[in-house]
Amino acid sequence: MSEDNELDEVVQEFLVESYENLDQVERDLVTLEESPEDLELLGRIFRTVHTIKGTCGFLGYSKLEGIAHIGENLLSRLRDGALTLNGDRTTALLRMSDAIREILSSIESTREEGAGEYGELLELLGRMLEDSPQPSSPPAAEPRGAMPSESEPESSSASASGSEPPSMAVVDRPSDAADPPSVPPLGELFVREGIAEKEAIDAALEAQEKGDPRKIGEILVRRGQARPKEVEAALVAQQEAKEIATIAESSVRVPVGLLDKLMNLVGELVLARNQVLQYTHTIDDPGFLATSQRLNLVTTELQEHVMQTRMQPIGNVWSKLPRVVRDLAKSFGKKVRLQMEGKETELDKTLVEAIKDPLTHLVRNAVDHGIEDPANRIAAGKDEEGTLLLRAFHEGGQVIIEITDDGGGIEPAKLREKAVQKGMMGHEAAARLSDREAMNLIFSPGFSTAAMVTNVSGRGVGMDVVRTNIERIGGTVDVQSESGKGTSFRVKIPLTLAIIPALIVRSEGERFAIPQVSLLELVRLEAEQVSANIERIHGAPVYRLRGNLLPLVDLRDALQQRSPAQAQAALSSEAVNIVVLQADDRPFGLIVEDVHDTEEIVVKPLGKQIKAVSAFAGATIMGDGRVALILDVLGLAQRAHVITSHEQHQGPRTASNSDEQSQRQTLLLFEVGSRPLAIPLQLVSRLEEFPKAQIERTGTCQVVQYRGAILPLVALSSAVSGLGHAMTDVIANELEQVIVYGDGARQVGLVVDRILDVVHEELAINAIGRRSGVVGSAVIQGRVIEIVDVEGVVAQSGVRPQGASNIQLGGAS
Amino acid sequence: MSSRANQYCTFHLDGLYFGVQVEMVQEVIRYQEMTPVPLASPVVRGLINLRGQIVTALDMRRRLEMPDREDGELPMNVVLRTDEGALSLLVDEIGDVIEVDEESFESPPATLRGRARDLVRGVHKLEGELLLILDTEQAMSCAPESPHGVEVAA
Repeated sequence: MSEDNELDEVVQEFLVESYENLDQVERDLVTLEESPEDLELLGRIFRTVHTIKGTCGFLGYSKLEGIAHIGENLLSRLRDGALTLNGDRTTALLRMSDAIREILSSIESTREEGAGEYGELLELLGRMLEDSPQPSSPPAAEPRGAMPSESEPESSSASASGSEPPSMAVVDRPSDAADPPSVPPLGELFVREGIAEKEAIDAALEAQEKGDPRKIGEILVRRGQARPKEVEAALVAQQEAKEIATIAESSVRVPVGLLDKLMNLVGELVLARNQVLQYTHTIDDPGFLATSQRLNLVTTELQEHVMQTRMQPIGNVWSKLPRVVRDLAKSFGKKVRLQMEGKETELDKTLVEAIKDPLTHLVRNAVDHGIEDPANRIAAGKDEEGTLLLRAFHEGGQVIIEITDDGGGIEPAKLREKAVQKGMMGHEAAARLSDREAMNLIFSPGFSTAAMVTNVSGRGVGMDVVRTNIERIGGTVDVQSESGKGTSFRVKIPLTLAIIPALIVRSEGERFAIPQVSLLELVRLEAEQVSANIERIHGAPVYRLRGNLLPLVDLRDALQQRSPAQAQAALSSEAVNIVVLQADDRPFGLIVEDVHDTEEIVVKPLGKQIKAVSAFAGATIMGDGRVALILDVLGLAQRAHVITSHEQHQGPRTASNSDEQSQRQTLLLFEVGSRPLAIPLQLVSRLEEFPKAQIERTGTCQVVQYRGAILPLVALSSAVSGLGHAMTDVIANELEQVIVYGDGARQVGLVVDRILDVVHEELAINAIGRRSGVVGSAVIQGRVIEIVDVEGVVAQSGVRPQGASNIQLGGAS
Repeated sequence: MSSRANQYCTFHLDGLYFGVQVEMVQEVIRYQEMTPVPLASPVVRGLINLRGQIVTALDMRRRLEMPDREDGELPMNVVLRTDEGALSLLVDEIGDVIEVDEESFESPPATLRGRARDLVRGVHKLEGELLLILDTEQAMSCAPESPHGVEVAA
C-alpha cells in the first residue's frame, strides 16, 4: 500500500519535472533554430531528454523510453557536430516533444502510456539521424551516439563539453537535482582543475588568515602561481554552480492547493483584522490600541507576502508562444519574429492561467490575419520578416499586456461593411460608428474579417470569447490599428482577484461593494442642486458632468429595491450621491443612498442559485461579520441599459433587408426652426452654450474658440434643407446652443435652436423624408422626428479639412 | 450498504415531516441574520456568514410553494454539504436524526399535492407519520431570476 503511494509520488514528481523540462526544451529548440551553434542550449536539451529517458526506463515506460532514446541519439549527433540543425530536424524534435507530452498526459490520467503508436515518428527521427551529410565527422561520435546507458550524470556532462575546458564540467552538471550539487570551495576547484598546486593554495590561505585582504585568486596570480585567465574561468564556474545550488537549496515545491488554502486563511485574517479595527473606535485601552495596530501591520504584510507566493511571471505563459508562432508562421509560409518585453512581470497564478487562452488566441490571430505574407510585405515596402511584439508591464495596480504586430492593420471601413453584410446593423448605424467603435466590432460574436477561413482563425468564434474571458477576470481588451502599419491589442487585467480595494455604498439599508478599478469619481449634489443639475425626463436621468452627458442609474431601481411608484415619489426631494463608474470604457453615474469608506475586501464566489444574476460579481464579509454583495459594474450597466453599444452593435440581429431598421437607441432631441430633430446621443461629446459675441468668422465658416482650439460651427438651419431659414434670425437667443460632435481635432459644433430631451427608444428609422442631411424619420414619443445625418451634414459643409475623416457616408446622400 | 444510508436528519415544514440523508448534512444552526439578494429568485432568502464562508440560504417553504412563515417565526438552517460548497435550507423546526427500515420505503403517493411531488424522492411509512425524503438536487435548483417584482414587497 505505502509502496504504491511512494511509487505514485515518484511518478508524480517525474511528470511535474518532465512537463517543466519539456517547456524549456521547446523554447530552447526554437531559439536554437536561430542560433544553431549555441552548444550550451543543445547541451541543455540533450540533458533533459536524457533524464526523461533514464527515468522512464527506471519506471518501466518503454514506449516513452524508445522515443526519448532515438531523440537523444539525434541530439547527441547534433551536439557533436556530426549533424547540423535545420528546419526539418527542429520540426522532428518538436514532434518528439509533442509525443512525449502526449504520453506523459496519458500516464497522468491512466498510469498507462496510452494506445498511441509512434512508429512514424520513430522512423522520421531515424531518418533525420541517417541523413548525415557526410560521415566524415570524428569517429568519436559513433560510440557517443550509441552511448546512453543508465549510468551517469557524470559521463554525459563530461561528454557535453568535448574539447571545451574541463572547468565547464562543474557548470554542466545536470540540474535535475535529485541531489543538489554542492559548491566546491574555490581552492578545491583550483586544484581539481589543475589551475594551481595544492601547496600554493594552502600558502595563499595561510596568508589570508594572517590578514592579507586580497582574494585567493589574486594572491595566486600575484605570486605567479596561477594564470589570471584560468582563475577567472574558475570563478565564473563557481558562481554558476552556486546559482544552481542556491536555486535547488533555497526553493521548495509547494502544491497550489496549499497556497490557495493559505490565501483563504489570509482572507479570513484580513476580515478578523477589519473586525478588530472596528472595536478600536469604541475601546479606549492604549494596550489594545497598540496591539490592534500591530495586528493591522502584520496582517497587511502577511497578505502581501502570501500574495507574492502566488505571483508568477507572465513569461510562464509566453514560453509556449515561440513554438506557436513558429509553427503557424511555417504553415502559412510567413516569416515572423517574436519579441518579448517584460517577461518577468508578475501576476496571480489564477490570472496567469486565465489569461493563457485569450493571449494565445490573440497571438495566433496576429500571425494569421495581422502579418502579411513575405511577398505582400515586400510590396508594401516592409521588411520581409514581420515582427510580433509582446509587452507586459505594471501600471496603476494593473497588468497591461500589449500584443503588437506590424502587419496590414484593420480598416474600419471594412468592418462597417462586414457588420452591414452580417445584418448586425444598418448602413446608417454602421456609418455612425466612430472608428474606434468600428474597430471594437471585431469583438462581436460571429464577426470575422478574415477573407478566408483557415483552420486557425477566421471562423468568427474567438474574439468575442477572448473578450468574455478577459472581462470575466475583471479585465478589459482594446484594439488600435492603423491601416497598413499594424494592429495593437491592449489587455488590462488586475494583479489579483482574491483581495481587492472596494468602495462601500449603501442602498435601502444594505451595503454593496464596488470594485475600485471601476470607480472614476464621486459627486454629491445637495437637495437644492438636484433639480437644476439632473435632467430627469421620461425616466432617463442625465447629469451634466463638466459638460459631458452622464447617464444616471439609481441603484435602488436597478436592483428593484423599490417600486417605480416609490421612485416617482422620491423625485428630487433629497440630496444625491453619484458614484461615477466606468463600464466598458463608458462612464455612467450610479445614484446611491450613502457612500462609506474604501476597504480591502476578500472576494468570495456566489452560489449557483445567484450566479446568474448579472448585477453581482461576488460577495464579501464586512467588518461586522455580515455579508455584502459586490456589484458587477459591467453587468449592472448592461441591465440598466446605460451602455447601449453592446445591445446595439453586438449580437447579430435578424434585421430585415428593407429600409427599416429597428434598434434601441438613446437619442438627443432638439429643435431647429421649430422642427424637432434627433441624433444618436453617442455621437454627442458635449452640449455647450456660446454667447453670440464669441462667434467669429474665418473665410466662409463660422468658428468659436473652444478649449484652446478652433471649433468650426455648422448651422443646421442652413445645412439641412427644408428647415426654414428665417426662423433662426428671429429667435432672440443671446446664447447659441451648440452640440459638439466628434472628438479631438475632428470636433465640429452643430448650432441648433433648442435642446429638448434625451430619450431611450426603440428606433425604427423610416426612409420617409430622406434627403440631403436627413437620414429618415422615426416616431419618437408620439411625434414624427427627423434623424439628422450628422456625418453627411459635416462633410457637405466643408468645415472639416479634406482627409481628416475617413468616414464617408454614401448611403444617405 | 451501511446503515448510515438509512439515517435521516428530519425537519418540519408547514406540518409536513421531511428528511435528508444524514451524511449530506454538515450542521444544523439556529436562525442567522441574512443579507438579502436583490433580483434573485424569491426562494433565495439571503446570504449568511458561516465562519467566514458565504452560504446561500434557500427557503424550503417557498421552494415547495407553501405559505410563508408568520411574522416573528424564525426558521432554522440545515446546512448541506454540496459539490459547490455549503448551502443552507431554511426549515420550520428540526426533528431528530432517525434510522429507518429500507422496507418501509415507497415512491411518492399519488395524493401528494403541488410542488412537493417534484421534490420528494419517496416516503418512509413510520408509525403514525410519513417521512418525506427530500430530493436535495431538486431542492437546491431554483430559477435564477424571478420575473419582475415578484415578492419584492414581501
